Amino acid sequence: MKIGVLALQGAFREHAEALQVLGADVALVKRPEELDSIDAIFLPGGESTTIDKLLDSSGLRAPLTRRLRDGLPAFATCAGLILCASEVIDGRADQSPLGVLDVTVRRNGYGRQRESFETPLTVRGLADGDFAGVFIRAPVVERVGRSVEVLAELDGVPVLGRAHDLWFASFHPELSGDLRLHQLFVNEVS
Amino acid sequence: MSDERTTGTARVKRGLAEMLRGGVIMDVVDAEQAKIAEDAGAVAVMALERVPSDIRRDGGVARMSDPSMIEGIQKAVTVPVMAKCRIGHFAEAQVLQALGVDYVDESEVLTPADEANHVDKWRFTVPFVCGATNLGEALRRIAEGACLIRSKGEAGTGNIVEAVRHLRSILGDIERVKVARPEERYAWAKELRAPVDLVDEVAERGELPVPLFCAGGIATPADAALVMQLGAQAVFVGSGIFKSSDPSKRARAIVETTTHYDDADIVAKVSRGLGEAMRGEEMGALDVKLAERGW
Repeated sequence: MKIGVLALQGAFREHAEALQVLGADVALVKRPEELDSIDAIFLPGGESTTIDKLLDSSGLRAPLTRRLRDGLPAFATCAGLILCASEVIDGRADQSPLGVLDVTVRRNGYGRQRESFETPLTVRGLADGDFAGVFIRAPVVERVGRSVEVLAELDGVPVLGRAHDLWFASFHPELSGDLRLHQLFVNEVS
Repeated sequence: MSDERTTGTARVKRGLAEMLRGGVIMDVVDAEQAKIAEDAGAVAVMALERVPSDIRRDGGVARMSDPSMIEGIQKAVTVPVMAKCRIGHFAEAQVLQALGVDYVDESEVLTPADEANHVDKWRFTVPFVCGATNLGEALRRIAEGACLIRSKGEAGTGNIVEAVRHLRSILGDIERVKVARPEERYAWAKELRAPVDLVDEVAERGELPVPLFCAGGIATPADAALVMQLGAQAVFVGSGIFKSSDPSKRARAIVETTTHYDDADIVAKVSRGLGEAMRGEEMGALDVKLAERGW
């Protein structure tokens, strides 16, 4: 199984390293043709407005949207979640999310860097205790559609979930040093 | 609100730097420039009253910017906003933290406030970026709590030569530390004037414990491609954008190049017709070398 990591901007290296430790065949994706050979993709954190522009200039927007619509398994974290959402509040006017995930997110909803935080999360389906949630200028999930299964919440707000094979987290599993969520995703979609 | 939320951890502070990788952080002096930068795809903006080339031209003491100017920029954009404090001026850093800036640059571009001590950055919730010219300086800043290191380069010159020297020095010494025998790391620590536990960490990881970006002298897309290929993970562009003839177009070109730095066809495509780059300075013609500030 070959797993791509969208590498236009942001924390793509951390996802790639986590997946390599798990023994996955990892490919960084910056060009449209690099989408052809992958069986799943990670959409990393970063600056969503920058990645949004680079999706256009790289020619990746249309083919990536098509593959996600066709059911390419994906794990979208933080900015990646914003990219996938059907609705973004507090984004830039010219920001156009791919609309492949039926959720509404509020960009930077957890505040500025000063308010960024860590907190333990209880994740459904994850054995061996809590998962360290690292939230950095993170988006708040304000609504999830009926197709979404919520896997973790913080104060009643979904922070981790999946709609079939499209997984999302408003936090950064790749910064936690804990590979269990990457492992769980790989097991589920393999 | 959950009681278990912890702010200002090393993971949260370094994490924002990791989110900026592959991006361009642009110096802006007002809300209008900040919007142009964000429109072009900047991952963050650096709010300051004068870009380095103007500080160099005007002389005098350069200080932290007026809070109302920083707030104006925070209102104008949605991307992270950074701002500079003077080296060792922890009270300016406290003000910047109170304003809610996302990163503080303890910067040699401003006039130093302390000739022996940098800010004790562990005491702050807001993360700090610091400049370095070599590995020892980088590790001393990390020991003080810096969460992101940038080359100093020579700010405000539009001349990439110093940034290249600093990157090669930092990355070259990392390679040498990596292959040193364990018992030689104590001598390395002495030579670098840096804590031995950080030397150990560099030797084991083969890189700095925090991200390494490039600053100081980037004026063209090819400059950005050069330093990214050398091993920088993102770039700061100061005077290079807004001292050029077409800031918006140049900013977009540098953003694309920083992503596709290893694809010369793309660098060639976006480098066409950008108009005049900033004029630039020869190192020999400078009265003041900003990179020499910091200890």
